[in-house]
Amino acid sequence: MLNKTIHKSKNAYFLGKDSVDYARHNSHYVTHTLREMPKTALTHCKVTSKSRQTLFFSNPVYILSGGSVVAKRESKGPVGKYFDKVFEENIKIPFEKEELSMLKKAITLCIDKSKLKISDIDMLFAGDLLNQITSSCFAARDLKIPFFGLYSACSTFTQALASGASFINAGYFDNVACATASHFASAERQFRNPLEYGAQRPPYSQWTVTGAGCTMLSNGGDNDILNIFSNVSPRITSATYGKVVDFGIKDVANMGGAMAPSALDTLICLLSDTGYSVEDFDLIITGDLGKLGSDMLRDLALEQGILLGKNYTDCGVLIYDSTQDCYQGGSGAGCSAVVFNGFILEMIKQKRYKRIALLATGALLSPQSVLQGESIPGICHGVVIEI
Amino acid sequence: MQAEQIKKRNKRYDKYVEAVSPKTAMLPSLAKSFWVGGLTCVIAQIIFELYTLAFPSVSEQAIIGFTLSTIIIIAVFLTGIGVFDKLGRYAGAGAFLPITGFANAMASAGMEFRSEGLIFGSQVKFFSVVGPVLVNGIVWSTVAGLIHSIINAVVG
Amino acid sequence: MPIILDKILLLIIVFAVGGLLCAIAQLLVVRTKISPARILVVFLIAGIFLETIGVFRYIREFAHAGVTVPIIGFGASLAKGAIEGAKQHGFIGAFSGGLTATALGIGIAVVSSFIVTLAFKPKTK
Repeated sequence: MLNKTIHKSKNAYFLGKDSVDYARHNSHYVTHTLREMPKTALTHCKVTSKSRQTLFFSNPVYILSGGSVVAKRESKGPVGKYFDKVFEENIKIPFEKEELSMLKKAITLCIDKSKLKISDIDMLFAGDLLNQITSSCFAARDLKIPFFGLYSACSTFTQALASGASFINAGYFDNVACATASHFASAERQFRNPLEYGAQRPPYSQWTVTGAGCTMLSNGGDNDILNIFSNVSPRITSATYGKVVDFGIKDVANMGGAMAPSALDTLICLLSDTGYSVEDFDLIITGDLGKLGSDMLRDLALEQGILLGKNYTDCGVLIYDSTQDCYQGGSGAGCSAVVFNGFILEMIKQKRYKRIALLATGALLSPQSVLQGESIPGICHGVVIEI
Repeated sequence: MQAEQIKKRNKRYDKYVEAVSPKTAMLPSLAKSFWVGGLTCVIAQIIFELYTLAFPSVSEQAIIGFTLSTIIIIAVFLTGIGVFDKLGRYAGAGAFLPITGFANAMASAGMEFRSEGLIFGSQVKFFSVVGPVLVNGIVWSTVAGLIHSIINAVVG
Repeated sequence: MPIILDKILLLIIVFAVGGLLCAIAQLLVVRTKISPARILVVFLIAGIFLETIGVFRYIREFAHAGVTVPIIGFGASLAKGAIEGAKQHGFIGAFSGGLTATALGIGIAVVSSFIVTLAFKPKTK
């Protein structure tokens, strides 16, 4: 039954081989899990009736443009050539300032590409990982755009897209910029050890992406602006806000494990609310689960009867090469933002992807909560983008 | 869902995560720690022998002090130029267990928070990593001294 | 000639003992997920304990830098200083002795770290 539907979406970037085989091959844990875990283990995730987490946008919410700014390491990754700008490290300024200038650059690049003026932007939905989301606040201060600050850890980017799309759909705003940023060095300082401290990381840890991404959403009031994507007009058609899901993981290095259940929860809601099956999507992409976390999601989904085949991947897996010594891949608020605005929008432009689900995941922890023995809750917000 | 069920589910999930998460390869990591840690001690011993030759009249205790000071300075300098953290990532305990790791922790914390100013940034954070070592060392060595003075008072 | 052989033998012992201590600490890191800070404290207290019961002296005579360089030696010299202080000055000496004995190391570490803090900036990886 599964094999029948596989070749339905021929445009998917990763298609070419049998999807079941792919899942089996790539997730070598599958058999192990099925043996170890009875099907009732994750009953929590079963959605019997339609939830009210998904918002459907009846008015068009177009994606006009995307801007992405990364650092050197990200630019050398597999999708490095799709990013708009590469920042060299500036030794003179603190890392937080560098993050701020990256975020500002991403927003201005995005505005330039959309051929709008700063005064046309009604609202900036932005967030980052720093305390009191200072990078976003300062960027909004410098650019003088009305500001809606968001924090949802690494899932902030889809939260921004979902919120921006909701406001546009409701008719309050015409053009909205959605941006997030993260910086390896400032995140290390916030959550871990000093940079020059010689500490080993376990092999299942992840690497915070240094980068910023911005997406411009519009109701398409002005018809000219819709031609930017060479006659492709991607739309956000629905957004699924996630629940906070906690499966009791306490190891701060194992973000993939902490966030995978929340990704599954939102994925199930998204599928059951929209009525799409996995094969209806050309690409289902999670935010920053990393290699290990995305394999876990495959396992967890398979147990719920959802086969994530070749059309599923993860931004954290795409952004770094396995030779780059980044453990399980990228993480951070900037991870999904740069991959979406750099790589995925380019693929949409080339019409390789027609329907995408972007599910950015976040781990809602603070250094204090971890020391106080709290487990790490995860959250995941999803948006569906169609052309 | 009942608290009991959640607990059960979390336990199962924890077991699953534990099973699928890759582990650090045991033997190579032990070997790396072994040779880096051993080499640090050997370098210290060679420095000690050289100092003994150079200052024959100084007591052994003082020469041990000079030796430790020398390797501390080397470690702090390596931290400054950004080499020690690579060593630490390679060797793990081989880098943090010798006194060089203590020096690295102090210097790296100081450097990290320099951007918040000297006093409220780096100097406040100076002992943020090595604090437990100093506090425990001072408390328990004092206890050891007190025990000895009580024994002396009772016995002698 | 025998002196040189003695020294080489000593260096081998130093290498083996120092390396073994680090390997034990690494084993704890890999196997038990105890954080490095806790392991440092455990080794430190082990050093204090060994010195207090009077064993550490013999270990040091055997392995020299192999045990004085790892943090266990720092704990031992703290305890040694406190015990000697207690012998000389009574209860007051128990408080001052440990820091007096290790003052050189801590002083050098603080001053050199301060200079490095002024001179260098951390680099993003």
